[in-house]
Order: sequence, then C-alpha cells, then structure tokens
Amino acid sequence: MIVAVELGLIYAVMALGVYLTFRILNFPDLTVDGSFTTGAAVAAISIINGVPPVVATLAAFAAGMAAGWVTGILHTKGKINGLLAGILTMIALYSINLRIMGKANLPLLREETLLTPLREAGFIGSAVGIMVFAVVALVIKLVIDWFLHTDLGLSLQATGDNEQMIRSFGVSTDRTKILGLALSNGLVALCGAMIAQYQGFADIGMGIGLILAGLASVIIGQAIFGSRIIFVATLAVVLGSVLYRVVIQLALQAGLNPNDMKLISAVLVVIALVLPQLKVFRKVQGLANMKKTLTGATEAAGAKA
Amino acid sequence: MLEIKNVHKTFFAGTVNERVALQEINLSLAAGEFVTVIGSNGAGKSTILNITSGKLRPDSGTVTIDGRDVTRLADYQRARFVGRVFQDPMAGTSPEMTIEQNMAIAYERGKRRGLAPGVTRKKREFFREELKSLELGLENRLKAKVGLLSGGQRQALSLLMATFSSPSILLLDEHTAALDPQRAALVSRLTAEIVERHHLTTLMVTHNMEQALQLGTRLIMMHEGRIILDLDREQKSRMTVPDLLHEFEKIKGAAVDDRTMLQ
Repeated sequence: MIVAVELGLIYAVMALGVYLTFRILNFPDLTVDGSFTTGAAVAAISIINGVPPVVATLAAFAAGMAAGWVTGILHTKGKINGLLAGILTMIALYSINLRIMGKANLPLLREETLLTPLREAGFIGSAVGIMVFAVVALVIKLVIDWFLHTDLGLSLQATGDNEQMIRSFGVSTDRTKILGLALSNGLVALCGAMIAQYQGFADIGMGIGLILAGLASVIIGQAIFGSRIIFVATLAVVLGSVLYRVVIQLALQAGLNPNDMKLISAVLVVIALVLPQLKVFRKVQGLANMKKTLTGATEAAGAKA
Repeated sequence: MLEIKNVHKTFFAGTVNERVALQEINLSLAAGEFVTVIGSNGAGKSTILNITSGKLRPDSGTVTIDGRDVTRLADYQRARFVGRVFQDPMAGTSPEMTIEQNMAIAYERGKRRGLAPGVTRKKREFFREELKSLELGLENRLKAKVGLLSGGQRQALSLLMATFSSPSILLLDEHTAALDPQRAALVSRLTAEIVERHHLTTLMVTHNMEQALQLGTRLIMMHEGRIILDLDREQKSRMTVPDLLHEFEKIKGAAVDDRTMLQ
C-alpha cells in the first residue's frame, strides 16, 4: 500500500499536467500517452550514457515540452481538431520513442539515478519515501498555483474559459494554447522520467492508456475534494492521483487480473462521468459539486469532438 | 482617430449566398467623437464594427487608428488600441475567474504578459475605486467569480474593463440589447458617464433609435451596406424617433425606386 501511495504521488505530476490542459485550457490532450514515454526514454538513455540524473530528468521535461509544442502547432496553426492533433503526436512519438531508446526496454537497475540515495538509505517504500515524494508533488503543485496567478497564467486561464474575451484584451490564444500544451507535456514527461527511475526501467508501452489515469485523478479528485479555487483544485488533483493508485492496488489485492487494469480504469472513469448525471445523485447536496465538475468535463469533451 | 477608407466587404463571394455587407464605406471619427450607428438587420452595422476590431478583414480599403494603418493586424493585435463590449453579456468576461482577475487581465490590455503577479495590492485598490463608479456594490465582491453576477452586472463590468485602460477607440456592439429595460437604462447611463470621463472616441451600434438619439455626439444610419444619413450633434439634437423613421422610409424608398427604375 505504501508503494501505491508513492506511485500516486509521482503520478500526481502527470495528473497536474493533464489538469493544465483538460481543466485550464479546456483541451482534452491525448499527447500524454506518448510524451510520458518520451520523458522516460530521454531520462533513461541519458542516464545510461553517463549524464547526471538531474540533467537527464530536466532533459526529459524539455523533450515533453517539445512534444506538447508540436500538438499545439498542429492544433492552432494547422487548424487540426484538438483530439486528432494529440493522437497524431502520440502515434508519431511511438516511433520517436523507439528511436530514442534503441530497443523496446531499457533497464536502469545498475545505474545511478535520482532515487539511488533514497533507495540505498532504504527509504523507498517507507514513510520517509512518502514524505519525499509528497514534498516533490506539492512543490510542483505550488509552482503551478503561482504560475496560474501571474499575468501570463491569468491569460492562460481565460483562454480556456472565454477565448473571445481574452483576444479582445490583446492575447494571442494560439500562443497561450501552445504554451499550455508545452508545459503540460513537460510535466507529463518529467513524471515519466521519475517513474522510469523509480521502477528501474523505461519501456515503450509504459504510457499506453495513461491519459485515463490522468483524467481519473483530475475528475475523481476534484469531485471529492472540490475545485472552487486553484489552490484547492490542484491539491485535489494530487490527492485524486493517490486515491486512484490506492483503488487500483486494492483491486489487485482483491484478486483482479493485472491484465484487466486498463479496462477497470476505463470503467472507473466512465462511472465517474456518468454517475453524477443520474437523478438520484443530483438530489444529494454533497454531490452538487461533483455534478458540476463532471458535466463540465463532458461538455468540454463534446465541444472539442 | 479612426479612419475607415473605401472599405468594401462581401460575404460568401462567388456563391448563390453572396451578400454585399459594406459598399465603399468612408467614415472618419475625430478624437472624442461618440458616433451611434443605426440601421435595419443586414445593413452592415456589425460588419463595420468587426472590420474596425479586426475580427473581419475588408476585401479592399483601409482602417487607420491614430494614424497607424491597422488593416492587416489581427483582432488581438489591434486590442492595444481597441476596447470592445459585446452584445452578449457573457462574452466580455471570464466566468470562472474572479472580478479582480478579470480586471487584471483587462488592465494589461495589449501589453506583454510576463510572470509578474496578476493581482497586486496596488492594482486591487485601483480596481476597487473603478468599481465604485458603477454603483453596483461590486467593489465589495472582488473575489467573487464573475459567473455569479447577473447579466446587467456582467455587462457593466465588461464596459468598465473595456474602458479603464483608455483605448484609442471604444466599440459597443448593441451592448444593452440583451438586458431588461431597467438594466439597459443603467448600462446606457454608465456608458455616457464613462465615455465622457475618459473622452473616448466611440462607435456604438444599436437597434434602439431612442438610445441612438439620446447618446453620443453624432448619428449615422446605414442601409444595405451604405451610410445613408449622417447627422452631427446639432442636427441630431433636433431629431425625434418619428423623424428618424420618416427619414429612413424616405431614403429607403428612394433607394428602392432607383432600383425599380433601373430594372
């Protein structure tokens, strides 16, 4: 269970990236599945070639930003539907990731990674490990909170909320969308780099279906913990990510087949999206918040489709 | 201040739906002039506004603001010079953001946006003072989400946001049309006050003839993509709504007669 919490806290970085596009920009970005692996691949191959782990992890962040930038350019300048733009980049990244890695799986077991000191001290899988990963996730959350309240961040928020309005105040929404997508995928790739170092390998298939985990974290987290202000919304995403991993862990312990996990994830997200629309749930006061979050989500998906 | 020269605009050119929206329009606004534009549906009123704001580009002709040719600039690039209030009260503000955040966005109109905090204590004080002028009590709700405000409140806020950074040109697109009569009157009054206070060069489109006569220093009437009547302050002050209607029928009738003659 401790491992599940640790994983949840690391994956929270990815979920925060998904929050930036899905909630702030109102853009369901599927680049995530590809850019996550890109981050892992870049970090792994760099570390294997002797690059210091910190630099390798930052390089992963930069590679993710580049991937998001491509999706942004396709969508804004190429006028390609947002979902399709994300899919195109994601598919193209599969080949690129193989090129980066050279083969489908890169083990990191004997390499010096960011987590080696923690592992050697025996902190991984303990309360200290949870503390360390919680601090990392919270620092990134706070940086996002800060950014979204700067002049630039406000224009990013407004881009997702009312494009006509923010353009009338002199902001190029093409530019804000590209920036948002780049930042989001940078975070996703950063998360990929950390996961590769945590589990000790990078794998070509590690990003498949990850967008679901991200969406589930955002939707479930915000349904339970709220999203009235940014500070609460991002905290909810972090907690949602932990909750999601714990639920998956419980499902596995209950004897479910690990091969069914993607199906279970998908069903979980569908339930989270559909359940609050049922009449019985609408009447429950405590779920009013949930309803708002979720119908907003379906509208967003519908508008882009 | 604003100079529209020989502007021509056709929609759906080359199709059966082809419609001429503006025909060789020439319009020049002096600094501080407040022009109201009336005309029937499809007369080209909104097109003139959209050509000025950059939402549409003219087929030919030029738009000049403050002596600068802006014909080729996109809407967000022109936003440095142009403030806008839309017909839809929901269009001019961001509902999920707070009043002060909305105002912070408006405050930075056309500037390069960086990583400085959007809302500072100093700005907040300024926003509070500006909001007081609306007399809607919004100065006490700086942290409320704009989506919680009524249509009238949102439109008053949009008006304030479009104007407090003193744009070279203010464009009002039937900005009271979607409000109930009481709120419309309030926003009308605020418009007159704000334009007066900031000496804004203003172009206002309206369907309401009474409002067109009551507000502004000049009135133009459009029909089928042309300006068919241009009244200065003096002439406008002597006009009544029936006069305007009569004038409209007369000119429209003449236009129709000409065409019948030609056919």
